[in-house]
Amino acid sequence: MATQQTRSIGRIAVAPSVIALFLWMIVPLAMTIWFSFLRYNLLDPNPACSLMTPGALMDEANRCLAGTSNYTYFLTDPAFFKAMRNSLMLVFWVLVISVTGGTMLALLLDQAIYGRNFVRLLVIAPFFVMPTVSALVWKNMMMHPVQGFLAWITKSLGLGAIDWFAHYPMTAIVIMVSWQWLPFATLIILTALQSFDEEQKEAAQMDGTPPISFFWYMVIPHLARPVTVVILIETIFLLNVFAEIYVTGSGGRAGNLPFLVYHYGLLANDIGGASAGGIIAVILANIVAFFLMRMIGKNLEA
Amino acid sequence: MGTISLRNVRKAFGDAVIIPGADLDIEHGEFVVFVGPSGCGKSTLLRLIAGLEDLTSGLIMIDGEDVSDVPPARRGLAMVFQSYALYPHMSVRNNIAFGLKMAGMPKEEIDAKVTHAAATLNLTDYLDRKPRQLSGGQRQRVAIGRAIVRQPKCFLLDEPLSNLDAALRVNMRVEIMQLHRQLDATMIYVTHDQVEAMTMADRIVVLNKGEIEQVGSPLDIYNKPNSVFVAGFIGSPKMNLITGPLATKFSATTLGIRPEHVELLASAGDVNGSIVLTEHLGSDSFLHVDCGEAGRLTVRAAGDYEGKPGDAVSLGFDRARIHRFDSQGKVLV
Repeated sequence: MATQQTRSIGRIAVAPSVIALFLWMIVPLAMTIWFSFLRYNLLDPNPACSLMTPGALMDEANRCLAGTSNYTYFLTDPAFFKAMRNSLMLVFWVLVISVTGGTMLALLLDQAIYGRNFVRLLVIAPFFVMPTVSALVWKNMMMHPVQGFLAWITKSLGLGAIDWFAHYPMTAIVIMVSWQWLPFATLIILTALQSFDEEQKEAAQMDGTPPISFFWYMVIPHLARPVTVVILIETIFLLNVFAEIYVTGSGGRAGNLPFLVYHYGLLANDIGGASAGGIIAVILANIVAFFLMRMIGKNLEA
Repeated sequence: MGTISLRNVRKAFGDAVIIPGADLDIEHGEFVVFVGPSGCGKSTLLRLIAGLEDLTSGLIMIDGEDVSDVPPARRGLAMVFQSYALYPHMSVRNNIAFGLKMAGMPKEEIDAKVTHAAATLNLTDYLDRKPRQLSGGQRQRVAIGRAIVRQPKCFLLDEPLSNLDAALRVNMRVEIMQLHRQLDATMIYVTHDQVEAMTMADRIVVLNKGEIEQVGSPLDIYNKPNSVFVAGFIGSPKMNLITGPLATKFSATTLGIRPEHVELLASAGDVNGSIVLTEHLGSDSFLHVDCGEAGRLTVRAAGDYEGKPGDAVSLGFDRARIHRFDSQGKVLV
């Protein structure tokens, strides 16, 4: 009786936050879905086709309701396939670089070195740099073909300069985003390495395990779970990369799905089309998540 | 073969000296128990023998060969860890086989050995399980299995039973002793539990603050402790250690007498006192007797002893069984 009472009081107590969260997520989603079925263009001289003027909307239903045409238009746009490919490439390569690089860095940082805490702080630093700032720094100070640091290096070696954003925009974006996410992977993998059981290490030593075998048979299985966490979390954020592409002006060739949605909405002023694109992006992200969980989710079971 | 000799083995971490210098010879097939309170250096000594710690100075010889600089895997020893240290992501089979695999043994030979070890340890049904699916006792057996397949010259066991509950501990104790007889291998066993030491050992090595206090068979150590420390550490309930005028009367600084060597007399014993507390174990009764200046003594009486707290008793000491120690805590002969 008492527990039932406390339970219902508990439900009432959490209700406001649950409702707020629900509205927070459901209202924008519902609006996006609604817009995606409208012929809603900001350049339309007759601003009837929006949610704000339901009366006019009803009068001009024939003109405003778009049916599924926004979706078919978005899905058949050649830019869509390019954007999807860019999205997946970006996620894939950043994951590869941050997980392998993060593992190696973590192995180094796990050693007892002088000034280890300071080095760790330095390694984590990129994670705290805002994406827009990092993009500007990379564009103007690192990868600039004239005054960039990388150009200076290659020129000093007599190799000439690379104009990264003109010739290899996708590679440049991958490098920038990897630089940002490497610390995250390093940090999580490092904590996992530090929790490695000392006695297990000694047991392996008694078994005469050479370093490479130790890494292969002991360390990698031990890291399966943290690496899974890194992959899942990074995938969520990497599918949404936008600032780096926007700020460096690489959207034309390295634009991903979020950038294409931006392009539809704010460059072409097509709210309906952008909404349809947004919904498609959400569905694709869920498909990716589903396959990810199928592939690596079992590592998270106890 | 499996003889181990320590010659002036010393271990220090910076200024902290853990083992000031230990000498010990262990014969083939012996079951030697290192016993002492926590922090006495018994585990460090074992880890030095295993090669998991580097010697500060001294010499360790296995079968007459100096192994001081030989890596652990090539000393021909196997170790059972306190936490078992099983590889959590490997099946029981792979846990047991891992050391052999690392040694490059052919697969058929590994399989035969694992099967044999599993049969010895009643693990056959669990070979394909993961360690986390096993009970504490089974994990313990896997850890032992991992050690025996390597056919080491000597087994090193570091408090292997301390994570088990009391009933299981008694069972595993018997199993380890049987295994020792069956394998005819040298075993060094570290424990802080003097009951384990007394019941299992061929020879006990009592350590105190890194020093070897006494080496001998369990009964030797029980009957002829050569220091106050050993006298107080071995035996349960503890030996009565009396200082003050009563000890002086026996011309010693400390007088030791075990509870079973104190006799209850009607009057005119060595010391008089009153019962504070009685513990009835059925087979025996232990009386805690307040003897004033001599302190509180423990006395063993018959199981059906009827004395009550508050009763006055007179205690007589068995003259042949008293232990006398000097001011350094060493035994007086």
